[in-house]
Order: sequence, then C-alpha cells, then structure tokens
Amino acid sequence: MERIPILKMGEYLLVTIQVDMHDRLALTLQDDLTTQIVKHRARGVLIDISALEMVDSFIGRMLASIASMAQLLDAQSVVVGMQPSVAITLVELGLPMTGVRTALDVEKGMKVLQDAIAEAGGDGHAGSRV
Amino acid sequence: MSNSNTKLHEILKSREKEIAADWIESQEASGRRMTPNERQEHARQSREFLGSLTTAIQKGDHSDIAGPAWEPVRDLLTDFSGSRAKGGYSPSETASYIFSLKQPVFSALRKEFERDPAVLHDEVWRATVLLDKLGLFTTEAFQKTREDVISRQQSEILELATPVVRLWDNILALPLIGTLDSSRTQVVMQNLLDAIVETRSDIAIIDITGVPVVDTLVAQHLLKTVAAARLMGADCLISGIRPQIAQTIIHLGVDLTAVTTKASLADAFALALKRTGHVVVQQDDRSQTAGR
Amino acid sequence: MRVLESESIEIRTSEDIVLVRQAVRKRAVSLKFGLVDQTKIVTASSELARNTLDYGGGGSVSVEVIENGIKSGLRLVFEDQGPGIADIDLALTDGYTSGNGMGLGLGGARRLSNEFDIYSKPGEGTRVSIVRWK
Repeated sequence: MERIPILKMGEYLLVTIQVDMHDRLALTLQDDLTTQIVKHRARGVLIDISALEMVDSFIGRMLASIASMAQLLDAQSVVVGMQPSVAITLVELGLPMTGVRTALDVEKGMKVLQDAIAEAGGDGHAGSRV
Repeated sequence: MSNSNTKLHEILKSREKEIAADWIESQEASGRRMTPNERQEHARQSREFLGSLTTAIQKGDHSDIAGPAWEPVRDLLTDFSGSRAKGGYSPSETASYIFSLKQPVFSALRKEFERDPAVLHDEVWRATVLLDKLGLFTTEAFQKTREDVISRQQSEILELATPVVRLWDNILALPLIGTLDSSRTQVVMQNLLDAIVETRSDIAIIDITGVPVVDTLVAQHLLKTVAAARLMGADCLISGIRPQIAQTIIHLGVDLTAVTTKASLADAFALALKRTGHVVVQQDDRSQTAGR
Repeated sequence: MRVLESESIEIRTSEDIVLVRQAVRKRAVSLKFGLVDQTKIVTASSELARNTLDYGGGGSVSVEVIENGIKSGLRLVFEDQGPGIADIDLALTDGYTSGNGMGLGLGGARRLSNEFDIYSKPGEGTRVSIVRWK
C-alpha cells in the first residue's frame, strides 16, 4: 500500500507531502504519524506542504487532527510552506486552521518547533511531568 | 420562421459583387477618410462578412442570431467591434457599419422582386430585422470590450493602491488607503502573501488610517487577510485605529481580540521590532557624529 | 448561455475525488484562469465530490466549459441519487453536518464560486452546480 514517507531527524519527525492525496492516504498518514511519534518519542513534527496546490476541508481537518493528536502525545507540530493561493482559498472556504502552528518554510518551521518545545516544558522526556 | 421561406441568402450570393461594392462605397462616404491600405483591408473584411452572413442565413434560423450556425458571424463582429472600440471609434460608428448594409441589400431585393411587392415586402422586413439584430450585437460587443478595458484599468489601479512596504528585516507594512471591498481584499491578500514569501517576513503591519469606514464587512475582510497571512507563518498587527473606528468595532461586536492592534503605525513598528528581536538605541551625544 | 465542451466523471471511490480535482484543474488551466481562481474551483470541486460520495452514495460530475455572451467560464454539475437533503438552508449553514465532519462542504463551495445552485429533495437525490467565470 502506498504511504507517505516519514523521516526521523533526532527528536523530530519530518513529513513532506508531495502527492495529491486521496482520503485513505491522508488517514494512513495520520495513523502512521501518531504511531511514529510514540515509537520514537518525538518532540516535534514538521509537515511540509509546499508542494500541495490544494488543501480542502478534509486535508485541512487532517492537519488539525495531527496537531491535536501530537499535542496529546506531548509533541509539538508545525505546518510549513503553504502556497499563497492555497492560504487565500482556505480562508475563503472558512477553514483558517487557527489551532495549527504554521511557518513559511522548513527553516522557520524548525525555529517555531524549538520555541514551542521549550515553552511546553523543555528538557523532559515525552510524557513525563513532575 | 424557418429559412426555407427566405430567398435572402440566394440574393446575397447571386448579387454578391454589386452588394459588396455598394456597401463599401457607402461606408467610405459616411465614414472616415481611409488610406488605400485601410480601404483594401476594409473591403476584404466586408466581403468576408457578407460571405459569412450568406452561409449563416442558409444554414440557420435567420431570426435567431444566437444559434450555432451564426457563430462565425458573431465571432467576426466581435473581433470587428473589439478593434473599433480600441481604435477610438464610437459605438454608433461601429453599429453603422452593419446598418449601412441595408441600403445595398434593399436595392438588390428591389431589383429582384420588383414584380412581386408582397414577396419584396417580406424579404425587406426579414432583412431589416436581421441587420438590426446584428447591429445591436455589434454595440453589445463594443461595450463589452470597453468594459474589459475599464476593468483591467481598475485592477491596475487596485494594484498600485495596495503597495506592500518592507519596513525592516522581517517586517512588512501594508498602508491601506480607501475602501476595502471584497475584490480589493483579494488583491490585498495576494500582494501581502506574495510579499511575505519574497521577503520572508514574520510580521505584517496593516495600517488602516486611510480607511474611512470600518463596518462589519470591512472588519471581516481585515480578519480574512490576517488569517491568510497567519497561514503563511506571519503575524499581523493592525494599526491606525481611530477613536471612532474603535467605537464602531465594539458596537458591531466584531471580535478583534485575536489580533494585536495599535493606535499608530509608529507604535506598531516599535512592537514589531521588539518581537523580531531588534533593539533601537538613541545615541546620547549628537556632537560626536558631527563632521570634523 | 452555451455549453462549449463537457466531460462526465463518475464518483464512486475516494480516488475518484482526486480524478475530479485533476480534471477540473486541467480545464481551469486551459481556460487560463488565474492561480487563485483555479485553486478555488478545484477546492470547491473536491468538497462537492466528497459530498456526492459520502452523502449521496456516489454519483457523477459534469465538467462544462460555458460561454455567456462574451464571458467564458467553468461549470461543474454534481448529481447523485442519494437520500436528498431535507433542509437545504440548514445544510448550507457552516458547521452543520448530518454525519462526521465539519460540514463546510456546501457552504464552502458556495463561497468559493461565482454562482451556486442546488436542487435536492428527500428521495430524489441531489444536484449541485457551481460556476466560476473567467
């Protein structure tokens, strides 16, 4: 079955979405990411959508779900590289995705993640709270 | 009325040369002075139109010029009107092109049917109704071309009226002047987002000092713009909130709590500098910088 | 108003939704729509195609190049023989959904289009058409 590859980079997981996803593929990505976050105790997830020429409500919801699920698993997430025409369309559609952290590109995205992780409690391991 | 009743196309075909010659002559008489080249081009256009007209009458219902058989004729007229509109001709001059065809056609019809006044009457009537419709179509096409020019100029003005300025590293300013309707908002959003990509800015200051009225719609457009910028990873500050506008916003119940607002562009700039990690230092002793 | 070209696409699986998006994008590009306008109609088509699949039990879309006077545009007509919508106004309200999901499909597609038409009655299926003019 086709899957979108998830790269591990230290405490981070990197996903680059480069295909026009059909719904099942999107749901598979969601499952895979949550599994990988737990497996690798990832602290941050970066999703690069710079190749996506369209984000509809299904994909938008999926991104928001990933952000929420990651949060529950003590991982911060950021979506980077949204194209201007996609951003304008999403806002017009009525899906501003306010619960999702966003950044212009991978470089800025990593900085956002680092700041978010530091704010969320820094050097503890995933799941540990004192 | 089906075309089996009309002999118009036959007449146009059999008397093509004389109708064309008469028509071109009457155009020259009533119209502008033309150079020999223009005259030749004009004659060619007119013959092409006549040919196309004849075919269309033969194929299609001559009372309905919107049908598929009339497409070549409509295309010709659209091109013709378009170039006339751009060439500075008036709508009347352009429509007269068609109306001036009546005289030659009527002459031809009269020669053909002078022994049969009833048929002559019918054919003349059909011809005049048809040419009236074509003349009106020409006027509509003319207007559409003018409208296209106007709308293109409007969007050029819109573009010019919504500049995005780079105030400092990572800080953009968008001074809005005038009203913010939905079509302008599209242009504003595009310009702003393109600028965010190009300058990799983290903060955009939208200054609304020059926006006279802020009602619910304008507020929604502003919020949309802020939301779109945020999706690109940039935060927006809104500045230039005049006291009256602050009152209106509260009265309307618009929720701007998610957006940081400042009264002046200067205040917003100061905040933006702070947020992007810049510090502004004032040198104490000016005399130190004076030339020696 | 005339239909210059038309193609019909079956919507039976979620992969078909992708095919619809791609077909609409292709048409919009060939009609030389601006990038934002392209994205809007492609996104609207995705929303409506999904509705046709999820709520209509499958159906089809007719992708039509249309012309009205001198302006040209793209019209999409989605049809299904599903249960139909009892309260259209309610369905058009954002956030409303009869199933899972956020219910942005109809309202969203309308906001992204220049023209929007819907005919639906319980037991008679649903027909939604949207137009984006150039």
